[in-house]
Amino acid sequence: MRGSIDQANKRLGYKLLAVTLAMFGFGYALVPLYSVFCELTGLNGKTGRISAETAASETIDQNRSVTVEFVTSIGGSLPWKFKAKVAKISVHPGAATEATFVAVNEASFPIVGRAVPSVAPNSAARYFNKTECFCFTEQKLAAGETKDMVVRFVVDPRLPADVRTLTLAYTFFEAPELSANN
Amino acid sequence: MSDAAAHGEHDEHHGYHPGGMKRWLFTTNHKDIGTMYLIFALIMFFIGGAMAMVIRLELFQPGLQFVEPQFFNSMTTMHALVMIFGAVMPAWTGFANWLIPMMIGAPDMALPRLNNWSFWILPFAFTLLLGTFFMPGGAPAGGWTMYPPLVLQTGDAFPFLIFAVHFMGASSIAGAINIIATVFNMRAPGMTLMKLPLFVWTWIITAFLLIASIPVLAGAVTMLLTDKFFGTAFFAASGGGDPVMFQHIFWFFGHPEVYILILPAFGIASAIIPTFARKPLFGYASMVYATGAIAFLSFIVWAHHMFTVGMPLAGELFFMYTTVLIAVPTGVKVFNWCATLWQSSITFEVPMLFSLAFVILFTIGGFSGLMLGITPVDFQYHDTYFVVAHFHYVLVTGAIFSIISATYFWLPKWTGHMYDETLGKWHFWLSTISVNVLFFPQHFLGLAGMPRRIPDYAVQFADFNMVSSIGGFVFGFSQILFVMVIWKCVKGGEKATDRVWEGAHGLEWTLPSPPPYHSFTTPPAPASIEGGMR
Repeated sequence: MRGSIDQANKRLGYKLLAVTLAMFGFGYALVPLYSVFCELTGLNGKTGRISAETAASETIDQNRSVTVEFVTSIGGSLPWKFKAKVAKISVHPGAATEATFVAVNEASFPIVGRAVPSVAPNSAARYFNKTECFCFTEQKLAAGETKDMVVRFVVDPRLPADVRTLTLAYTFFEAPELSANN
Repeated sequence: MSDAAAHGEHDEHHGYHPGGMKRWLFTTNHKDIGTMYLIFALIMFFIGGAMAMVIRLELFQPGLQFVEPQFFNSMTTMHALVMIFGAVMPAWTGFANWLIPMMIGAPDMALPRLNNWSFWILPFAFTLLLGTFFMPGGAPAGGWTMYPPLVLQTGDAFPFLIFAVHFMGASSIAGAINIIATVFNMRAPGMTLMKLPLFVWTWIITAFLLIASIPVLAGAVTMLLTDKFFGTAFFAASGGGDPVMFQHIFWFFGHPEVYILILPAFGIASAIIPTFARKPLFGYASMVYATGAIAFLSFIVWAHHMFTVGMPLAGELFFMYTTVLIAVPTGVKVFNWCATLWQSSITFEVPMLFSLAFVILFTIGGFSGLMLGITPVDFQYHDTYFVVAHFHYVLVTGAIFSIISATYFWLPKWTGHMYDETLGKWHFWLSTISVNVLFFPQHFLGLAGMPRRIPDYAVQFADFNMVSSIGGFVFGFSQILFVMVIWKCVKGGEKATDRVWEGAHGLEWTLPSPPPYHSFTTPPAPASIEGGMR
């Protein structure tokens, strides 16, 4: 009698331990789950990426103009200057557009940086499609180097009508594992 | 909170019992382990309380008087960690250890060695945590919520913080597994699930919340650890991660956690109010279902802690509606306690006083919680003293008052002596008046815009802060009375009867006071099981 209860206790104990381990795994699974959720819903300001051919095939909506603003910032203590050449431009949805950003490495050693984009308002992020971006790859700047960097994008004509302004924000972070001084 | 002397004379017939320190190190007895948990929780309550005193001292007047801002931030961070993981959670596990086997007619916990282990992890966890005060860079100061990137700036203390959280989590998960196994497998014949006392029911649901949510916290802090030391980028934007994701993962644990802290309190109130109202609990079954409903909802409301991070409207609406929905099962509970009191014959012994104060003051905390749950106004209240007032009403006058109430209620059973009623009444009135002087003005401070976790404030907040600090000091020092009552009761006092309270019902009251070291080695007769209705 006692023996069988002890057995049952141990069995239940191991089952509950398995639940615990599964929930630990679930904590990690939340990371991709949130990412997928953000991608599906366009929350989190994550932008879309399409090929140049797809972009060219979009019909251009000449009757509508959307203002795209550019915001730049530096994350952490990266010794760079980073600016957009123009603060904002007006685009027709469907039209491929190009914008240029300038980064200056003010340090006396080469540094690799990584730009993280974000689009506001969040709900419009998935209608902002990039065909080419300096944020797709790491950017290495030699000591004192100035570099022009290009982003090409298309605003999806399906962008909701109430959105008149989109803000594209870039933050440059140091990619420490790739930088020369590390 | 009894001591060795209280049941030492009963154990000579049962196997091997080392004396002295070895008894406590190697014990697998649920009563010994319960006692250790409760004493540990009491010590942590005073350590965390001392930190709160430092906070209120610094905030007594505007300007910086006593501590450095960094140390102040360590105080708020460590106060929360110590009180949540060191005081309230171990206290509940201590009550579970002492009471659940006696309430369900079991000889001991299901996994006694695991039980020993789950307690003895705790002193190590808190040595790691409190040891950080002596490390370069000081104790963690980024808030108990450990948000990156701020928490990653913690000095040498950082890995100690993470491992301490791991240990605390392992301890509470082990405790939870043990409690589930005990209730599922060890109930006396005739003790059906719907006859379980509500304290057992609320603890079972708490235990499931623990094993479902604590591992997620363990995962989140492990990600912080690998972000800091092993080059992962879960929360580092530079590597494509997202700091807001930490908040989502943390609060997926964090909201069930707040019910882990409060659900057993609902069980305590449901035991004490019927006893002193001399009336069966109103709506036993609805209490069980309401507890289950709260537990379920707790997993789908987490983002109400982070309304201001920039969520889409649909998300804000979803989390607002589910949050406000929790008021329904909670309202059922408060209604049932009030209905139990209706047309009953009440006496006001100390446990009843604390439980009645719990119902009233916890409900005030619930109401401010509703206000915070409404997204548009939360933007004003977020990270202000209104939030501080809210969670201290639900945790101090909620969880802590309930723990104190339960201690007074079962202390005569555990020690075999009645506590000092006069001293207990002093403790109650001083605590209840001062705790309101302490926390009520903080609502006004918050509504006026005073931010939390800041060591200084604008002068227009000075008066309410001084009032709050005075309440804080009185509340803090009143708790010394609590220790005096416990000490006196352990040492001696009027002999307690087996039933102790005229209106007490349940299996633990059929045992002698104090109960023998090994109780219910043969299950109680099914006829003695009255069921949780009583």
